[in-house]
Amino acid sequence: MDMTLLLLLTLFVVAVFLGVELITKVPPTLHTPLMSGSNAISGISLVGALLSAGSGAGIMVNVLGFIAVVLATINVVGGYMVTNRMLAMFKRK
Amino acid sequence: MTTFIFLAYLVAAVLFILGIKGLTKPRTAVRGNQLSAMGMFIAVVVTLFDQSILSYEWIIAGVLVGGTIGALMATKIKVTDMPQMVALLNGFGGGASLAIAAASFLDPAAATNTVALISIGATIIIGSVTLSGSFVAFAKLQELISGNPIKVPGNKPLNAILLLSAIGLAIAIVMDPTNTNLMYALVAVAVVLGVLLVVPIGGADMPVVIALLNSYSGIAAATTGFITGNTVLIVSGSLVGASGIILTQIMCKAMNRSLFNVLFGVMAEGGEKVDADEIYAGKVKSTSPDEIAMMLETAERVVIVPGYGLAMAQAQHAVRELANVLQSRGTDVKYAIHPVAGRMPGHMNVLLAEAEVPYDQLIEMDEINPQFEQTDVAIVIGANDVTNPMAREDKGSPIYGMPILNVDKARTVVVIKRSLSPGFAGLPNPLFAMDNALMLFGDGKKGIVELTQSLKEAE
Repeated sequence: MDMTLLLLLTLFVVAVFLGVELITKVPPTLHTPLMSGSNAISGISLVGALLSAGSGAGIMVNVLGFIAVVLATINVVGGYMVTNRMLAMFKRK
Repeated sequence: MTTFIFLAYLVAAVLFILGIKGLTKPRTAVRGNQLSAMGMFIAVVVTLFDQSILSYEWIIAGVLVGGTIGALMATKIKVTDMPQMVALLNGFGGGASLAIAAASFLDPAAATNTVALISIGATIIIGSVTLSGSFVAFAKLQELISGNPIKVPGNKPLNAILLLSAIGLAIAIVMDPTNTNLMYALVAVAVVLGVLLVVPIGGADMPVVIALLNSYSGIAAATTGFITGNTVLIVSGSLVGASGIILTQIMCKAMNRSLFNVLFGVMAEGGEKVDADEIYAGKVKSTSPDEIAMMLETAERVVIVPGYGLAMAQAQHAVRELANVLQSRGTDVKYAIHPVAGRMPGHMNVLLAEAEVPYDQLIEMDEINPQFEQTDVAIVIGANDVTNPMAREDKGSPIYGMPILNVDKARTVVVIKRSLSPGFAGLPNPLFAMDNALMLFGDGKKGIVELTQSLKEAE
């Protein structure tokens, strides 16, 4: 195994543990915004989608990249906006 | 340039972590969400400077289309339909990862080494399952198909065969990276697997399914990160994956069912068949809004217990109005929230927050349960199985061991319900026949509105 893969695996495992520590502290009241907010974060695949949609590797790669950009952008924009909308309801007293 | 991009990804990852940290308190949650969005903005903008991007037409078109759809969904969706929205977003997340994996497979420059190919195979499996599974969950929640468990003959062996075929095909594409047909076959098999995994799962188990698919969509993003060694994808994918897994565990625990039983639609067998007529015969007392209003006039402590029926009846504003009237008379009003009430984690909380119920009045199960003994009136609206005392007392009952809200300990329990029909577990609820229980038959919203009216007139 090369060093890069080991580093990436380390990153993955450490991030999972960090995630577990953080998320167990989220109160049940905020579980729905947590899910929509994490939907938005998983829209980070947009970063990978941009590279495929803009690559010069042929039309099929571009089309698949385009589909990925559309879906990931829905997650990013829709996820953050709907989370914000819900959290605003929790904020007011 | 690459160094700069990866440093920016690091900043983005830190902002995501701070964003989730913000979600641990309602007070800091909005700020957290903004930090997270800022992280996303940074990650996306620096990626646009990547030298491998040659043209921007597809990117601009995709961002415009996706941004418009996302913004419309987020602003138009009704709060009662939030489970459907989350189900769709889970599916889109899986679909995006799937499309990237397929694109990387077709791109000779991207799919170069074994690690990338293994990651592509894994992403295609998880992404496809998430995509199709989420759409089935959406269809169930939107009632496009029946919300009841749909039995598929030979479900378990069939799923096992599909999963093994998918793994086999994934190995095959690693061995033969030029064969695109194998890749499409893998997508097809995994999509069917996703459908069959969710079809047998019933409506009341949806909180588990949604949480689990949420986790899958994160894991799919993380495996996508391994294709090209993209650090920000790995970190944020793992955060989301962990989040979904924890919610799944919380939901399973709250139903006292193993993840395996939920996934395969297994309800605990056992116990002699309980006859509903025998339990209810002659013991169920029906009441009227006026009678309840009279009780509420003298009540000092009232606990409202909402369930999925509250969302169905869109009764959250009516309930808030009733609570307002009670509170203005000096009555203490609290809401008892069971973790699996509704169709997704936190469903009741969001619903009541929309009706401007302050979140400090929403009390979790473990905290509210000891308080029922000092409660004068508990009002159960649209909840059934989560109040069934058999879960606590009857060792032979299929739901024995499931933590419930001890509403039966209250001095009086008022249950607002259309009929005596059983809940998801298909069991009669002895609560309805108890001496201290009164049934108000009818539509939840109408019942609450009439009750509020009677209470106001009593002034």
